[in-house]
Amino acid sequence: MQELVYQKWSGKINEVIVGQEPNIVRIGGQEGLPFLFKEGKIPNQPRIAFEIWDIPPVDWPEQLRHSYQGVLNNPIDWAKKCIQEYNARILCLRLLAAHPDFGNKTSQDEAKLIEDLLKYIDVPLIILGCGDDDKDNEVLPVCCQASRGKRCLVGDAVQDNYRTLTAAVLADGHNIIAESPIDINIAKQLNILISDMGLPLERIVINPTIGALGYGLEYAYSIMERARLAALSGDKMLAMPFICFVGQESWRAKEAKASEEEFPQWGSERQRGIIWEATTAVTLLQAGADLLVMRHPKAVDCVSKYIKRSHDLANDSEAKLSG
Amino acid sequence: MLIIGELINGMYKEVGRAIKEKNKSVIQRLARQQVDAGCDALDLNCGPASRNPASDMCWLVQTVQEVTDKALCLDSTRINAIEEGLKIAKFKAIINSTSADKEKLDTIVPLALKYKASLIGLTLDKKGVPQDKDRRLELAAMIVADCQEKGFPLDELYIDPVVLPANVAQVQLEDTLKALAEFKIISSPPPKTVIGLSNVSQGTKERSLVNRTFLIMAVFNGLDAAILDPLDKELMDSLITAELILNKQIYCDSFLEAYRRK
Repeated sequence: MQELVYQKWSGKINEVIVGQEPNIVRIGGQEGLPFLFKEGKIPNQPRIAFEIWDIPPVDWPEQLRHSYQGVLNNPIDWAKKCIQEYNARILCLRLLAAHPDFGNKTSQDEAKLIEDLLKYIDVPLIILGCGDDDKDNEVLPVCCQASRGKRCLVGDAVQDNYRTLTAAVLADGHNIIAESPIDINIAKQLNILISDMGLPLERIVINPTIGALGYGLEYAYSIMERARLAALSGDKMLAMPFICFVGQESWRAKEAKASEEEFPQWGSERQRGIIWEATTAVTLLQAGADLLVMRHPKAVDCVSKYIKRSHDLANDSEAKLSG
Repeated sequence: MLIIGELINGMYKEVGRAIKEKNKSVIQRLARQQVDAGCDALDLNCGPASRNPASDMCWLVQTVQEVTDKALCLDSTRINAIEEGLKIAKFKAIINSTSADKEKLDTIVPLALKYKASLIGLTLDKKGVPQDKDRRLELAAMIVADCQEKGFPLDELYIDPVVLPANVAQVQLEDTLKALAEFKIISSPPPKTVIGLSNVSQGTKERSLVNRTFLIMAVFNGLDAAILDPLDKELMDSLITAELILNKQIYCDSFLEAYRRK
């Protein structure tokens, strides 16, 4: 039999720690490409976070809302349902209600929500702003303070607006999400800018921005792949784990949302969205995604099984080889 | 690109005096400055005035190891000085150097194997420095073949085409650059390549300009490592930019800073 050739890498991906003992989650830390278990150590499996909102999402299709019936107008109940019923190990709270167009909630109200939520959950928390730069710069620092010491992952910092969030994250012991618009050069630059403010590289997670299946997925894939290859070759300014907002992008796709009446040849919409989300997720795992933010519990379940099975298979073959 | 800092060399007055007086602070300052400037390894050379190269080399290794864990490039024509240095080197070591002479290869290659060190092989022999590209290739092939025979890993071998000063051997420089590219077809995997850069500008009036122009041309010809003055900021900036243009580093607006923080 011919001997397999393994690539030797000089670099490794930073390990980012989110949450508090005993429920901390470690992401990244790998020394090789995804699923190539013999190439380098892969100490942590990719993880999935459930997305919850502080306002009932109006644009979620029925087949998605159905899984969260009765809790969509109460983020704390929503969070509990994810943890108790769907076995969520990380939550991602989107503070959309702070947006001037969606309720303009005050920073104090949002901070209060965070404080309340943290009383009920012990899993690590990702906190996302509303997307309006000015408002996020008001709200996120107060929320960082309200969750001080909980080692959350807070985002998103962008090239034109990273200073306020970086300072808040630095002061309150959190990690940051650095977002770039499917652009590896900006991703690298933003990491430098953030670390120039004193935040250690081990507290940065890259949001490379993705497109769902059929909507630029392969473009996101190639950017992530290139960044990962550079990182493993020693580029420390790109050696961060990736967070991918899979749910957000997948459920935007017409193929995920459209009804069967509209497109009978596409089959049942009850399955289609789940398949769309799961397929997008699994593809991004191949590109090196470390943390997926997802929406449909069935899609999460499917992708979790995929992750577990691939890692179990690797462990089994390892055991056979050494046994 | 493996950058080897050249400044700890007894040939320089300040360093020669520091070695003689065993003045650690001078050496350690130079080590730190070069590492801060982006060096991956530090060349250590006791200089021609050293009365006891073996003990001076040991002192240099110990002194430098106190302030950095970078690779050390043990630069001496005396085999015992190199071996004494290897014995106490705590981190990666590079032997600088062997020639293509059989007797030299027979002593140095086993030494490199024994201490798991990298090795620089100069394309010269008893007859001197080659006058053209073909002879350089021939000598490089002899070194490579010898290493293969002895089981020395070729990715730890750095072939040096021996760069001559522009004002002495101008006609040879183009051949030297071409040789760098052609060394790569000697074997698979190919050996790596290195140059002692500053020699090219020896005795010229525009040393820094000559150095950096030659370095960029060498990088384009596939150079893997260079022994150079890392405190020459323009030289380092040009090198970083050359690597960027050759797509060896990913662009970002602060690419010079990104490289220095690698």
